[in-house]
Amino acid sequence: MKKEFKHIQAAHCENGVGVSLLKYHGLDFITEPLVFGMGAGLFYFHVPFIKINNGPFLTYRSMPGKIFSNASNSMGIKVSRTKFRSEEKAKDFLDQKVLEGVPVGCQVGVFNLPYFPPEYRFHFNAHNLIVYGKENGNYLISDPVMETVTTLSEEDMMKVRFAKGPLAPRGQVYFPEKVMPVNNEIIKNGIIKGIKKTTLMMLDAPGSIIGVKGIKYTARQIQKWREKLGPRKAGLYLGQIVRMQEEIGTGGGGFRFIYAAFLEQASAYVQNDRLMEISEDFTKSGDLWRESAIQMGRIYKGRVNNEQADFNVCADLLMRISDLEKQAFHKLRKLKLK
Amino acid sequence: MKKEDLPQDDSALKIMTRELMYVKNSEGKYTTDLSSGWDVKTNALDNAWDDIKERTEEARLAFIKGEKSPICYFMEIKLMDIMILSGYTGIWGFNIKRHMKPNVFKGLSDKKLKIYAKAFEISLEELKYFKG
Repeated sequence: MKKEFKHIQAAHCENGVGVSLLKYHGLDFITEPLVFGMGAGLFYFHVPFIKINNGPFLTYRSMPGKIFSNASNSMGIKVSRTKFRSEEKAKDFLDQKVLEGVPVGCQVGVFNLPYFPPEYRFHFNAHNLIVYGKENGNYLISDPVMETVTTLSEEDMMKVRFAKGPLAPRGQVYFPEKVMPVNNEIIKNGIIKGIKKTTLMMLDAPGSIIGVKGIKYTARQIQKWREKLGPRKAGLYLGQIVRMQEEIGTGGGGFRFIYAAFLEQASAYVQNDRLMEISEDFTKSGDLWRESAIQMGRIYKGRVNNEQADFNVCADLLMRISDLEKQAFHKLRKLKLK
Repeated sequence: MKKEDLPQDDSALKIMTRELMYVKNSEGKYTTDLSSGWDVKTNALDNAWDDIKERTEEARLAFIKGEKSPICYFMEIKLMDIMILSGYTGIWGFNIKRHMKPNVFKGLSDKKLKIYAKAFEISLEELKYFKG
């Protein structure tokens, strides 16, 4: 009998695809924060020299595709991923999966995604959605950031699967291959593995642009922007930061609230109350990220006079966030979770 | 963020969905709630669009003044940069920059122009005989 696919809304698209697919395969306990935390999703990286949409390039999460793969791997679930050179083969493969009744994840670009509001259609190529069927020649789509399911025509589907540019999806299709029953011990180990990986990346990555050091790097950049770029462009740069941090898909505060929710859930599996305390640290961090967004908003909206002092306030907030997250990750490390 | 502090402002996203956010309930536990938007984000997005419009207009004027080829204008209007345009055309960034010079553009074959036109989702004529 064909199992019925159930649409689940999530904050972030890749987490959401993970949650829906794993739940479909019988892992009822799975939640978005668990996928995000076990998948070591939290991150910070200010990529220097490269511009995105003519502004700074920074990210609050790990590489696209990694979250779901890491989370699955940590539970011993293998994820099959296929990319394609030929559009025809990509279509055949997807149609075959639809025929088999297997819901699959697809990486797509949003520039040509018709159900996205035009204001949101940039050349962002790491969006994820689930194809769970086909009716009258249209694919049935569960887009995790949406409240309800939707559809895509064959033509539109091809366009978004073969969007070009950085992070081009190349028709990528992915799904969990073999899902064994998962017990609490496996979940616990997955959680610990995820926490350790995130701690390592946030504290020990070499250089000054990744992890908690990267947040300070951004802070130092912000201090220089007004002088270097002029008030208007510097304001646009701040706007870009806010969009990457708060725009749909982050759950707010640059994913920090999702991570705090993960630590809250983790504390029950690992049976360690200290995790609740550290969860509180990440809530504070998320709140500070939001506060910095409000401060940046005042500058690019022109509510304050866009003076150097206003940029310094933003930079100081980021410095505080960096220190707070550094302490929180050191606390996590000191727990010596096993 | 507390549940009661979740902004419910207007946003362009409303034609598609409300977005899911992680917030704390009255007992201090994490839960999710839907938000219709946040003015701080909307302002940032509006600014980004103002900038795009300005850049497109600059590219149009640069074409009229004979400083840039239409490729520059259509790249801006399609929100692309050299890297993205290179992805869609398979033409190297170095060459795209050359093709943005009006004189080099004039010498481009129809075959090459068709590649650009396809990337911009316009006809060959619209690109070739662009009036600005």
